[in-house]
Formats: sequence, C-alpha cells, structure tokens
Amino acid sequence: MKLDSDDFELLGLPRRHAQDPAAVDAGWRSLLAQVHPDRFVSEGAAAQRLAMQWSVRINEAHRRIKDPIRRAAYLCELQGAPIGAEDNTAMPAAFLMQQMEWRESLEAATDISEIDALAAEVRAARSRALDELGRTIDDRGDHAQAARQVRELMFVERFASDVDARSEALEQ
Amino acid sequence: MWMPDLKHWNNKTMALLQISEPGGAPDPHQRRIAVGIDLGTTHSLVAAVRHGVAECLPDESGHVILPSAVRYLAGGKRQIGASALAEAAADPRNTIVSVKRFMGRGLSDLADRSKLPYDFVEAPGMLQIRTVDGVKSPVEVSAEILATLRYRAEDTFDDDLFGAVITVPAYFDDAQRQATKDAAQLAGLHVLRLINEPTAAAIAYGLEHGSEGLYAVYDLGGGTFDVSLLRLSAGVFEVVATGGDSALGGDDFDQALADWALAQAGVRADSAEDKRAVLVAARAAKEKLSVADHSTLACPLMRSATEAAELSVRVSREQFDAITSALVARTLAVLRRVMRDARTDTSAVQGVVMVGGSTRMPSVQAAVAGFFGKTPLNNLNPDEVVALGAALQADALAGNAGAEEMLLLDVIPLSLGLETMGGLVERIIPRNSSIPTARAQDFTTFKDGQTALAIHVVQGERELVSDCRSLARFELRGIPPMVAGAAHIRVSFTVDADGMLSVSAREESSGVEASISVKPSYGLADEDIARMLSEGFSTAEIDMKERSLRESRVEAERMLLATRAALAADGDLLEPNDREAIEAVLVQVEACREMSDHHAIDDIVEALAARTEAFAAERMNRGIRKALAGRAVTDV
Repeated sequence: MKLDSDDFELLGLPRRHAQDPAAVDAGWRSLLAQVHPDRFVSEGAAAQRLAMQWSVRINEAHRRIKDPIRRAAYLCELQGAPIGAEDNTAMPAAFLMQQMEWRESLEAATDISEIDALAAEVRAARSRALDELGRTIDDRGDHAQAARQVRELMFVERFASDVDARSEALEQ
Repeated sequence: MWMPDLKHWNNKTMALLQISEPGGAPDPHQRRIAVGIDLGTTHSLVAAVRHGVAECLPDESGHVILPSAVRYLAGGKRQIGASALAEAAADPRNTIVSVKRFMGRGLSDLADRSKLPYDFVEAPGMLQIRTVDGVKSPVEVSAEILATLRYRAEDTFDDDLFGAVITVPAYFDDAQRQATKDAAQLAGLHVLRLINEPTAAAIAYGLEHGSEGLYAVYDLGGGTFDVSLLRLSAGVFEVVATGGDSALGGDDFDQALADWALAQAGVRADSAEDKRAVLVAARAAKEKLSVADHSTLACPLMRSATEAAELSVRVSREQFDAITSALVARTLAVLRRVMRDARTDTSAVQGVVMVGGSTRMPSVQAAVAGFFGKTPLNNLNPDEVVALGAALQADALAGNAGAEEMLLLDVIPLSLGLETMGGLVERIIPRNSSIPTARAQDFTTFKDGQTALAIHVVQGERELVSDCRSLARFELRGIPPMVAGAAHIRVSFTVDADGMLSVSAREESSGVEASISVKPSYGLADEDIARMLSEGFSTAEIDMKERSLRESRVEAERMLLATRAALAADGDLLEPNDREAIEAVLVQVEACREMSDHHAIDDIVEALAARTEAFAAERMNRGIRKALAGRAVTDV
C-alpha cells in the first residue's frame, strides 16, 4: 500500500463503475482511522507530516470514488481514455437542444416551485445518464464512449449547480 | 497553583517506585490532562474528562460559566468574567463583551459599529479597541479569557496542562480561526486542535446516547450561528455538511428588541453608557420572554449631562417574535442550504440537537421543529454541551486510555479560491470538502516575458472577488522569461486538520523552482505575540525565559512518552542498530529534565524527531496494512 496506489486499490474496492456507497465510505473511514493526524497529536512533527500526507491522499481518493461522474472519469483515464473536457467541446445536437431548453426554463422560472420542478427533472435525467454510463464502462468496456458520456454529464452537473444557486438566491 | 519544586520531587519519587514495583505504580503522566474550552461570545467554559466522565470545571465559587467579559482598568489591572460584566453598563468603553465578534475582523466588517460603545481603532487585518489601559486587540482580550480558564484548570488538577481543544463556530473563516489560535498561544495554551462547535456538541450528545445515524446540530449562540449535519457510527463523527453565519446570534435579537423599544418610546441612546444599558435591559427582557408571555424592557437613560429619563417598554412574546422573525428566517435559509449540500432531505435526519443559549427562545424551537417535522432534542445543557464535547476530543487526542476509539472527520465550511482575470474567483477547494485536504491548480503567464505572478487567495461562495473575504496576497517572482502561456505555475492549497489554510506556488516547466508559503496576512506574527506578552499581558507574570523552558521541557516529555509508546507497540519494525540509535537520543531527552537552556532542549527534541522519521513512516504503513486486513475480514 503506497501513496501512489490507485484509488480503488487504496480504498480496497473492485476497479469498476458500480460501487456500493456504504463500502466506499467504510473503506475511507477505516483508513482514516489509522492515519488521521488526530491519531498522532502527541507524536513528533515527522509523524504529523506523514499523517497529513496520507489523510490528504485518502480524502482525495474518496472524493473521486464516491462521486459517480468523477469515478467514471477516473476509470476512463486509467484505461487510457482521458476526458479532455477543454479540447472536446463538440456535443450531439439533441443534447445541446435539451441544455438550451433547460436554460430557458431556468431563466423563465419566477418562484421556488418552478425551480424545484426543474431540479427534479435534471436529477432524473442525470440518474438515467449515470445508469447508461455505468453500463458503457462495466458491461461494454467502451471507455472512449464513456468519456463522451462523462463530458455530457459534466454539463448536466454544471446546470444542476446553477439551479441550486438560483434557488439559494430566491430564498434570500 | 505553580509549584515546580514539589512536582519535580514527585517525578523522582515515581521513578523510584517504578523500579521497586515494575509496572505497578501508575505514572502520573500516563493520564494526561487535556481540557476542552468553549470560547463563547457570551460566556466561556472549560471542561475535562475526570474518572471517565466529561465535566465542566467550576471556579472557586462553584460557577462553571465564565462571562466572556474583560474590563481594563488604569495601571494594567483588569477584571475578567462576572466582575467585569457587572461593570459593563457603568464602564462600557473599557469593558469588552462579545469580543468574539471582532476576532479576525476589520472595522469595515462591522455592520452595527455605531451602536457599539467602543472606541475602535483601525489596524491592518484586525480592528483594535482603545481602553484606559491602552489599545487592545481582540486576540489579547480573548487571551485574557483563555488564560483565566487555563489557571482554573491548572488549579483544579494542581498540574500543568498537556494541551487544549478549543472550539470555534463551524462557519468561522480562516482569519477568525487564526485569531483564535493566536489568542490561545498568547494565553500559554498548547492547542491540540481547533474543533467546530456543532461537532463538539455532537460528540457529547452521541457518546452519551450511543446514537447512530444522521443528526443535525442547530447551534445559535450569542454571536454566531452554525448548522452541521453529521453521520454518527461506532465512534466516528463524520460531518456531512455545514453552514452558518458568523455574525448572527443572540446579540442580534437583543439589538432588534432594543431598537424597537427605543422607537416605541421615541427616545435615542447616544452615549456609550446608554447604548450598553439598553442592550443589557433588552437581553434581560428577551430571556424573561423564554419563560413568560410578557416582559418589560426597563433601564435609566442619561439623555444629556443634566437630563435623565427612564426607558420602560412592555413587550409581549408575540411582539418579540414578530420583531425577530427575520433573524429566525435567516437561520432556516441556512438549514435549507445545508440539506441541499448534503443531497438529503429532512426525513433522513434522525434527530436535531439544539445547542447555544439562544435556542431557549420558543420561536427558535418552534421554527426548527417545523423545519424538520420533529421535536428538537434539548436533553443536554445547551450552555455546557460544546465544552463537554471538546473535553472528550481533548482526552482522545491526548491518547488517554479508553478514549482512542473516537474519530472526528470534519469539513471546511467555506470555499477557498484564487482571484483570476476580471476579478472573478476560481474555486480551488469547494465548501464541505473533508479535511485535511490539498488541491493544486495550474496557471500560466499571459504576457511574453512575464517574470512574476500575483496570487490573491480568497474565501467565500460568491463569484466576484469583491464579495469574498480576502485571505492573503503574495507574489511568485523569478519566473524565467518565456512566451505567454509557456510557464507552468502550480498553486497548491493545503488545509490541515484544524481547518487552517496554507498556499504555495511554484513554476515547474523550466525546472527553475520558485515557491513561497503564506500564512494568511491577518494572523499575528510571532513578534506581535512576543510584544503583547512583554506589554504586560497577565500571563507574563511568569518570566518569559522560564516559560520557554517549561514549554520546551513539556515538549521533550511529550516526545519521550510518545516515542516510548511507539517503541513498545511497533519496535519490531526496527533494525537493532536503528533502535539503538533512537534509544541513545532518548537518553539525551531524559536528561532534558535537568537542563536549563531551552534552546539546547529544542535541539535534542529535533534530533529525536529526525531520528524517528523513518520509523514513523513504517508505523504508518503498518497502520494502513492493518486497516486493509481488518476490512478483508469484515467485508469478504
């Protein structure tokens, strides 16, 4: 077990997209229980530094693995199909149309119930796309296609956070 | 009580006892005295684990609560606590209350400055207050409170403290955390950890009730508001999301009521004395309304040197609720955001723990019950629960027996980022990230031949730099001249387990390295601390040199015990000659007890740290292997 082991190895998980969230959290907690700086408060600076390094690494792995989109992106990269979101901005027309419709609905929404309805629609779409992404990786092993799906999901995520920001603004 | 000779003698006696009864006599240092301190806006407490139970330590007259009030008198004297608070209305300029609201804050941060009876002084990074005993920083005022609690604990145990866990509002930003740490240092406390107040409350609650599942902590104190959502499981306290407002608390309810009463009576409170008198009366009226339907806000006012008046306004609970409904609504907006951040809803929350004296207000209880659809839990004293939780964590961090099975996994409350082109914020670490954490972001130059890059670190959720808190500015210089876009500058953010940030930058593409680390600029420099100590801070009664020596000796003792424990547990990892080398340094460390030069002691302690570094790494690897092996057994 080394700091540069991959995230799955580190957390003791199978290298695939389908994951049991409880197992992901359990792996994270049991590792941190060993290496968290709180365990080494009464030891010297060297132990503190190492504990910090390990904890940072484990938190990084957990953050990547617990989020299904980041997890997919990481699997694509491990399989030699990097996401390259900056260089690949081309999207299918149908997807772009839907994005535009969503943007228009968000701009037109005036009260919290309209925003909530839109948020629910986005969540449902996200969940469908994630199921499909999981099958692309685990069943078909098509990482190039998975990378394209990840790029689309990144757009969906950004839109979802805009929806959240809007409801926050409306509440204040 | 300071009795160095007696303690020294005790140590020697114990050493003899251990020889005559191997493994029999308990080493007095095996139970380390670690305390939890709740440094509150309105009042502060110190607690410790005694006989396996966390309890708040009382002062000599039996009170556990120390009002967070410091009165400065001419000639370097001061009153701290209840005696200071009693003079707040009579001597408002020199009696500092609610100083926590000023920690890490500049004058421009204060919305209600004109309503406060202080003579504020603008200073870089943090405001100061002019008193009859000179200009005081909020850090110094807080240090007076902390030192009082430290003496109380030392008197209780008749021993030095191993260290302290100090609580801060979860929503405190980096400046406020740094100021709190500085105050502790000034008060001569070894800070084991800063922990968040709602997390401390959850520890106290969870350990007492053996709770498992998702819990919300609603913490409305005198000056700050926090909400944390925690998952409790088998001794692990995992913060899922947190939110709050570090400038919202009971003081604001007092102010709203005071403003309303003055408007009703058609009078004004202009002098410092009158402003404080109305606030004191408003607080008393508010507290009465928590148990009665009506109350009267009453106090004398001096409208001018010659004209006196009596303010007396009757207020019903309904009126009070209406006056303060906007404040309660602000807390509910924070609750909604935390639930959204956690991607969960109120039905998943098993219990809501109420913390802070301001949760005694019936309107707050009703609003929280309505939000979660369940009655909040009030079975722990809301004034004490934070200090008790901090004491439990302090005991665990000190490595005392029976306490080590607890683990606290916290998050940062506010996003951290950098200023980019056009005054926009590039978020590097989003809020609610688990700590400790580190993230890096790559930047490049935008002009040909650019040799320097200005880096501006900010904290907050807004898009514009001007709407966020500026934490630090620094420049990366010495970038070799290149065409625009060729330089590869990596800016790294590191947040430690206290939630404190450090930032470094480095140019990597050319192989030329230039890097810098910053401690956020509002923090006090070590020289400032030294100056405050020399300028008659009350702990300076103990000679500075003596103090350094004591601190070095305590550190040496700490390292000695830690290394012995490590050798006992994992000594088999070492080659015989490595073990001998460590043992040789340990002999030197033991000799530190007799040494009187703190520099020499520090050097030896450092040598021990260097000698045990590889051993520490090996032990860490063993810990990881153990964790994995344990998982293989339980999960397969």
